[in-house]
Amino acid sequence: MITWAEFKEIFVNGTWRQNSSLVQMLGMCPLLAMTTSLVNGAMLSLATIIVMGSSGFVVALLRNFIPYEIRIPVFILIAAVMVTVVDLGMNAYMHDMYNILGIFIPLIITNCLVLARIETFAVKNGPLQAMFDGAFMGLGMLWTLSLLGAIREFIGTGTVLSGIEAVIPGLHQIEVLPADYPGFLVSILPPGAFIVLACMVAAKNWYEVKAAERAKRQPPAPISAAGCH
Amino acid sequence: MSTAKELTAPGMAARSAVILFLFVIGFTAVLATVFSMTEPTIKASAAEEEMRTIKEVLPAALYDNDLLHDTVDLPATAELGQDDNSKVYRARLAGQPSALVLQAVAPDGYAGKIRLLLAVRNDGRLAGVRITQHKETPGLGDYIDPKKDKNKSRPWITQFDGLSFDTLGEKDWKVKKDGGHFDANAGATVTPRAVVKAVRKALKFANENRDRLFVSTAAK
Repeated sequence: MITWAEFKEIFVNGTWRQNSSLVQMLGMCPLLAMTTSLVNGAMLSLATIIVMGSSGFVVALLRNFIPYEIRIPVFILIAAVMVTVVDLGMNAYMHDMYNILGIFIPLIITNCLVLARIETFAVKNGPLQAMFDGAFMGLGMLWTLSLLGAIREFIGTGTVLSGIEAVIPGLHQIEVLPADYPGFLVSILPPGAFIVLACMVAAKNWYEVKAAERAKRQPPAPISAAGCH
Repeated sequence: MSTAKELTAPGMAARSAVILFLFVIGFTAVLATVFSMTEPTIKASAAEEEMRTIKEVLPAALYDNDLLHDTVDLPATAELGQDDNSKVYRARLAGQPSALVLQAVAPDGYAGKIRLLLAVRNDGRLAGVRITQHKETPGLGDYIDPKKDKNKSRPWITQFDGLSFDTLGEKDWKVKKDGGHFDANAGATVTPRAVVKAVRKALKFANENRDRLFVSTAAK
């Protein structure tokens, strides 16, 4: 089974320390294509959470039966089957959700992140751990891609949350800038993704360096105060 | 891995091949099962969806027949921009032809093909046009899709509603920038230009072939 400490470790790894987009730099192809708006980025990540969670679970379950020499074709087979199963299952039983996520699901197989997490994590860990690892990697992608999408959308068109009405009926996009904002096309085109992503990576690294410095500078706490941290 | 050392190279290859084969068989079986389980539900909702788009272009008052089963299959038709088979739905009211619903393609969008569905009344007026598929730049050219259009009260695509060659001469079926009738957002002219052209050609095709299309026997 899974302990609380393991769970927390996997969570922090997936969402921050090993963040797929900011640290591992994996899955750049769907990232470039889909983060033209906040909603698109979030939807792609949601689909990825489902697929990565389930394929991690299946691989971990079968990990003792997969010979090392042919592991890559088997992993790809499993990931592709899970993508198709999720695609078919959602199309049949969650049709409204499928209409929104549908176009993103086949894109996931182009995401090397799925194979990377299977190869580095799922094959060495239990099914539950692997499932959470996949899901939390997706969750890390969710906040990163949503933020990236929001920034690109805001700079590019002056709106935020366009397309939200397809996901949650009744909600509308927010026009942050006046309607005569001319737009800034580069931001929604692929180069915009690289530029904004680079800024986000820089911001994360800057924060990490600052945090490390602060930790170093802080004098060791006096023994008397060290009771309840 | 311990057993691998005892095997010769061909033996190991054979073992890998057999295991890989078993995995393929197993997962193909999983796929086949899931597919056959979900197929009826998926087909039903696809038909429902097809009908939903048709309802967007064709007012309910214009037909009382089962549109999904009163269709004609067209071969590749240059006038519709189709280089593959396409379907024409025939709307009838009390048995009398009332409108045609055609699938057309604008091949010259900014980012590839733009697929359209349009309904033409029997008097030559357009009942409605909708974009069914496109890859135009999000936030720039995608206002041709009313769901993405910022103008919610009067989306761009509704400009076509009610138009015919009688009310608007064929040479005026252009965007304003080219001296025609149709509005286009600044900075994205290629997309509406392609759509206007495709609608004009499809409307002409419908007018010229209406009788032929209604006479031909329905596809199964």
